[in-house]
Amino acid sequence: MKILVCISNVPDTTTKITFTGDNTEFNTAGVQYIVNPYDEIALSRAIELAEGGKGTVTVINVGEAATEPTIRKALAIGADDAVRVNGAPRDAYFVATQIAEYAKSNDFDIILCGRESIDYNGSQVAAMVGELLDIPSISIIKKLDYDGSTATIEREIEGGKEVVSVSGKFVASCAEGTAEAKIPNMRGIMSARTKPLQVIEAVAVEEVGKISKFETPAPRGSVKLIPAESAEELIGLLHSEAKVI
Amino acid sequence: MSVLVYVEQVEGKFKKSVFEAVSYAKAIADQQGTSLSAISIGNVAESELNELGKYGASKILKVEADQLKNFVNQAYASVIAEAAKNESANIVVISNSFSGKGLAPRVAVKLKAGLVDGAVELPTTDGGFSVKKTAFSGKAFAIATLTSENKVIALNPNAFGVKENAVSVAIEAFSPEVKSSDLTAIVKEIVRATNKVSLPDAEIVVSGGRGLKGPENWGMVEELADLLGAATACSKPVSDADWRPHSEHVGQTGIAISPNLYIAIGISGAIQHLAGVSSSKVIVVINKDPEAPFFKVADYGIVGDAFEVVPKIIAALKAHKA
Ligand SMILES: Cc1cc2nc3c(=O)[nH]c(=O)nc-3n(C[C@H](O)[C@H](O)[C@H](O)COP(=O)(O)OP(=O)(O)OC[C@H]3O[C@@H](n4cnc5c(N)ncnc54)[C@H](O)[C@@H]3O)c2cc1C
Ligand SMILES: Nc1ncnc2c1ncn2[C@@H]1O[C@H](COP(=O)(O)O)[C@@H](O)[C@H]1O
Repeated sequence: MKILVCISNVPDTTTKITFTGDNTEFNTAGVQYIVNPYDEIALSRAIELAEGGKGTVTVINVGEAATEPTIRKALAIGADDAVRVNGAPRDAYFVATQIAEYAKSNDFDIILCGRESIDYNGSQVAAMVGELLDIPSISIIKKLDYDGSTATIEREIEGGKEVVSVSGKFVASCAEGTAEAKIPNMRGIMSARTKPLQVIEAVAVEEVGKISKFETPAPRGSVKLIPAESAEELIGLLHSEAKVI
Repeated sequence: MSVLVYVEQVEGKFKKSVFEAVSYAKAIADQQGTSLSAISIGNVAESELNELGKYGASKILKVEADQLKNFVNQAYASVIAEAAKNESANIVVISNSFSGKGLAPRVAVKLKAGLVDGAVELPTTDGGFSVKKTAFSGKAFAIATLTSENKVIALNPNAFGVKENAVSVAIEAFSPEVKSSDLTAIVKEIVRATNKVSLPDAEIVVSGGRGLKGPENWGMVEELADLLGAATACSKPVSDADWRPHSEHVGQTGIAISPNLYIAIGISGAIQHLAGVSSSKVIVVINKDPEAPFFKVADYGIVGDAFEVVPKIIAALKAHKA
C-alpha cells in the first residue's frame, strides 16, 4: 500500500494576520510556520494504516526551499520519504496540478490531504487532484478504514454523516476524528534528518486568477456590559436593539 | 453567456443556503445582463422546484436519473459541467456546503475555470472580475480576481442573504449520460439528525467552552439553543475531551461560522477560537472572568457565573416568547 500525504506549510495558528504593500501581500515578518493542522491528522492516519510493514507513506509539498523545515517535521512524525515540488504555491489549481503530475508517475493507492489549509482556506486541492486524476475524491472525512483494496469512509454532512465505500484509488481530505495528530518523538526527529527528501521542478500551469488584495475585518464597537444580576435584560436587547431574535 | 446555479437538495428539499445561492446568482446575472438557470439533481417535487422562482431562477434543469439519487461529487460535477456547456454558462454558483466543497473544485477543473471558494460578496467588475472571500480562517478577507473565461463561485452560507425576486419558472428535464467510472464511490448510509439545526447553516449558535466544567452541564446550553432555534457549538478542548462531538467544534481548526447571533458561554476567546466565529454579526459573551479576551470582540457581555446567568436568560426568553 502506497500512501501520498499532501502537506501545506502555513502560519502558526497564533499568528496575527497583517499585510504589506498596500494590503497586497501577507506580512511574513516574524511568522512561524507549521504543518497545516489538518494535514497532521491526514499524516497520522496514513502512518497508522501503513504500520507494521503494510505500506509506505510519502509526503509531498509544493513550495520553495523555505518550506523544508515543515517537510522535515512531517518526516519526524513518521513519513518514510518526502518530495518537494519546487515552486511558489500560487493557487490551489497550481498545487493540485503538481500533485497530480507526481502521482501519475508514482502509482499511489491513497492520496490524503487536510480538509483545508488554514491560510487561504480553499478546501480545493483534494477534489482538484481527484478530478485531474479522474478518481473519486471524498472531501471532509472524519473516519477512514482501508482493507487493502476497499475503503470505508465517513464524511461530514450538515447535521450528520455519510458513509461512503470506495474501491480502487481515491483522494480524501481529512478533518478531526480521522486520527489523533501524532507528536514527533526524539527518534523520529533524529531519523528525519536522514530520510530522503527529493526535489523536483514544478510543471507550468496556466493562470486562472490571483489574489489581488487583502482586507482585515472591521473592528467591532465596544462591548455593552449587562450586570449579571439583571442578565434577563439581554433578551430585550437582542430583540429590540440588535434585532437578532 | 449566462449564469448557472446548482441547487443542492437534502431529502428532496432546499435549505435556506440554496435560496441564498439562487438570490446571489440572480444578482450576478442581472449585473452581467444575462439570464439565470438552475440545475437540480435528485428527486425533488415540482412544487419545491417552483420555490426557486421566488428568488429569480426562471429556468430549472431537472436531473432525476436513479443512479444520481445520492450525491457523488464526481458524477454530479460531470452533470453540472455538462449543463454549463449546454446553457453556455460561464459563471457557475454553488453553495459552499460540505458537499459543495467537494464539488466546486471538480466543476472548476472540468470547465478550466478559476474558482472562488467561500465568497462573501457579489463580484465587482471594474478592473477585472473580483470576489471577496474569507481567508486565514476568518482572520482576514482576500479579493480574488479571476482571469479565466469560465468562473465558479462557492458562496458561504449566511453571507449574502435571501433576496426575493419572483419570476415564472420553466422546468426542463435534463438527462446527460453518466459514465460508470464517475460512480465508483458508493453511498452506503446517510445519518442525519433531523430535529437539530445544522451548525454551518444556523442563524443563531449557542456555544459552550471549558468553563461549563463537564458534558453533564450541557443541558442548559441545549435548552437555550432549542428556545432560540439555534445550533449548538463548542470550543476545541471541549470536543477534544469528548464532551461534545467534533462536528460541533468551531474555530480556526474547526468549522468557521458567521451566524447572526453567536452566544459564547464559558469560552475564553483564544485567537484560534475567535478566528472561526468573529464574523458573526452579533456576539454575546458570558464569562466569569472580566479579563477574558472574548469581551474585546463582543457586542454584549455578561460578567458572571454561567450556572447563574444562563438559567436567568432561559427564564427571560420563555417569558419573552409567551
Ligand atoms: C493548533 C491549535 C489550533 C486550535 N484551534 C482551535 C479552534 O479551532 N477552536 C477553539 O476553540 N480552540 C482552538 N485551539 C485552542 C485554543 O487555543 C484555546 O485553548 C481554546 O479555545 C480554549 O477553550 P475554552 O475557551 O473553552 O477554555 P479555556 O481557555 O479554559 O476558557 C474557559 C473560560 O471559561 C470561563 N469560566 C470558567 N468557569 C466559568 C463559569 N462558571 N461561568 C462562566 N465562565 C466560566 C473562564 O473564565 C475561561 O475564560 C487551538 C489551539 C491550537 C494550539
Ligand atoms: N502547497 C501545498 N503543497 C502540498 N499540499 C498542499 C499545498 N496546499 C494545500 N495542500 C493540501 O491540500 C489541502 C487543502 O488545501 P486548500 O485547498 O488550500 O485548502 C491541505 O490540507 C493540504 O493537504
